[in-house]
Amino acid sequence: MSTALLYARFSDPVFYWMTKIVAFSVLFLLVGLLISLGLAAYPAFKVFAFSFFFSSVWNPVTQTFGAGAAVYGTLVTSLIAMLIAVPLSFGIAVFLTDLCPLVLKNPLTIAIQLLAGIPSIIYGIWGLFIFVPVMQQWVQPALIELFGSISILSSVFSGPPYGIGIFTASCILAIMITPFITGLMCEAFEKVPKVVKEAAYGIGCTTSEVIRHVTLPYTRSTVAAGIMLGLGRALGETMAVTFVIGNAHKIPASLFAPGTTISAMLANEFTEAVEDVYISSLMALGFILFIITFVVSALARLILKRLERKQKT
Amino acid sequence: MNALSSTSQALQLRRVRQRYNRISIALCSLATLFGVGWLIAILTVLLWKGISGLSWMVFSHTTPPPGQGGGLLNAIVGSALMTVFAIVIGTPIGLLAGTYLAEYGREHRITSLIRFSNDILQSAPAIIVGLFIYEVIVTRMGHFSAWAGAVALSLLMIPTVISSTESMLRLVPDQLREAASALGAPRAHVILNICYRTARSGLVTGVLLAIARISGEAAPLLFTALNNQFWTTNLSGPMASLPVVIYQFALSPYENWQNLAWAGALIITITVLTINITARLLTPRISAF
Repeated sequence: MSTALLYARFSDPVFYWMTKIVAFSVLFLLVGLLISLGLAAYPAFKVFAFSFFFSSVWNPVTQTFGAGAAVYGTLVTSLIAMLIAVPLSFGIAVFLTDLCPLVLKNPLTIAIQLLAGIPSIIYGIWGLFIFVPVMQQWVQPALIELFGSISILSSVFSGPPYGIGIFTASCILAIMITPFITGLMCEAFEKVPKVVKEAAYGIGCTTSEVIRHVTLPYTRSTVAAGIMLGLGRALGETMAVTFVIGNAHKIPASLFAPGTTISAMLANEFTEAVEDVYISSLMALGFILFIITFVVSALARLILKRLERKQKT
Repeated sequence: MNALSSTSQALQLRRVRQRYNRISIALCSLATLFGVGWLIAILTVLLWKGISGLSWMVFSHTTPPPGQGGGLLNAIVGSALMTVFAIVIGTPIGLLAGTYLAEYGREHRITSLIRFSNDILQSAPAIIVGLFIYEVIVTRMGHFSAWAGAVALSLLMIPTVISSTESMLRLVPDQLREAASALGAPRAHVILNICYRTARSGLVTGVLLAIARISGEAAPLLFTALNNQFWTTNLSGPMASLPVVIYQFALSPYENWQNLAWAGALIITITVLTINITARLLTPRISAF
């Protein structure tokens, strides 16, 4: 058979099966990830059982490990980072889509996209050398004095102003995920049909009313999904947090105290872990983190899918 | 009487609405200034500290012990080698899988499962990928290696390439495919020659953005390629990489190491920004059809 005939006859099934096998291997990759992490984490779960999730003891000497401090740190830093970043991103997205003078729109959009592309280690190193001294010398003492007299909040904002700690790590995380969420929100806001907005303006709505009553309800699901994706990113962030979290294996009462997150613990201790229980506990931490980000991403996908289905009908 | 009070009520309401509007606009503008301000702050410091740490020695000497002069040559070369191999491994896999999702498996139920897995993998933390490669490759091989690092980086790259490939190929109008098939081209030929060619700049953009992402990743390399103080091009052993070296040097108390960390940070940022800008310059050409 000539090459042309061979090509015509076999290129189709060969290419089809090549792409199909590679695509299905993505599925197997996810399953393999779950299984391998789970198997590596199993010894730790067997030894420590349920106390692993809640205990904040992390003692390599006595080989007693608990994920409490790391999980607490991960959840709290991400939560505070989202509390700071989401309103900020929302404001920036609204400005870029509705309020911005056209001359500035392109440069600012590109600036935000470039900011989103900066590697997280840059945020870490900048945070450690520039942001932490500012926090240590000005921001934290001021906050301690401000909240010192309010009895309920005083323990949350108490303690020596280390500079590093949970609060600083949350701020760095917030700065890092703001461009990411802003980009997603901008995309969502741009999809609102202009006729609907113009109709709202036509009956006399102010800009903020158009945003509140037209743009937001239209993009509600996409914005929610974007926020969940940002949360997923914040939960898994390693480099930006490891530099400034302080690496203390405890659940502190004060936000200014050093703490730890799952990814920071993995980055710091994995290469030093020798004993099987130690390695397995670290793997278990990784497994817990993966499950958390899995659930968050799955929720985001679910929200988006429900939106797609609603818009199709 | 009623008309007057309703008019003044209407005016009052209008004033409240306008005040609320003005406050909202002010808050949004402040938020943007705040956001852009951080960008300027970070880039300014990076430029200032990075340039003061840069010198020709950074590109010609390997990493020094604390206190001595030196450079980042082995880290730069290590990063380049691992990134190149990650691209070689990741791009074909990503392109082929994305092609399947966009062309062959468009409506099947199991394709949505693959897309779901891809999304999960895309938002998987980089350090988890590093752990996975440690379990699968490093423990099997018995030692750290640059191969493991390259595979970890490619695993980070593949989901991004898959989703961008799929969306770019979906933009190609079906009429082009139908026309080619009507002329008798086999399906593979249609995809390779018509779809790929049409979506070429979009596909390249997707790959470039994925490369930009993996260039700055340190977490997956921490326990796969580890780190190496010396010059090496042996891919079966630990190899230095720029992000990991920055991590090690920045957290140290030695000033020469910290200066090198800033210089390395500047190099990474310039590389990533250049790739991003190149990708964005390519993007407008997609709307040609």
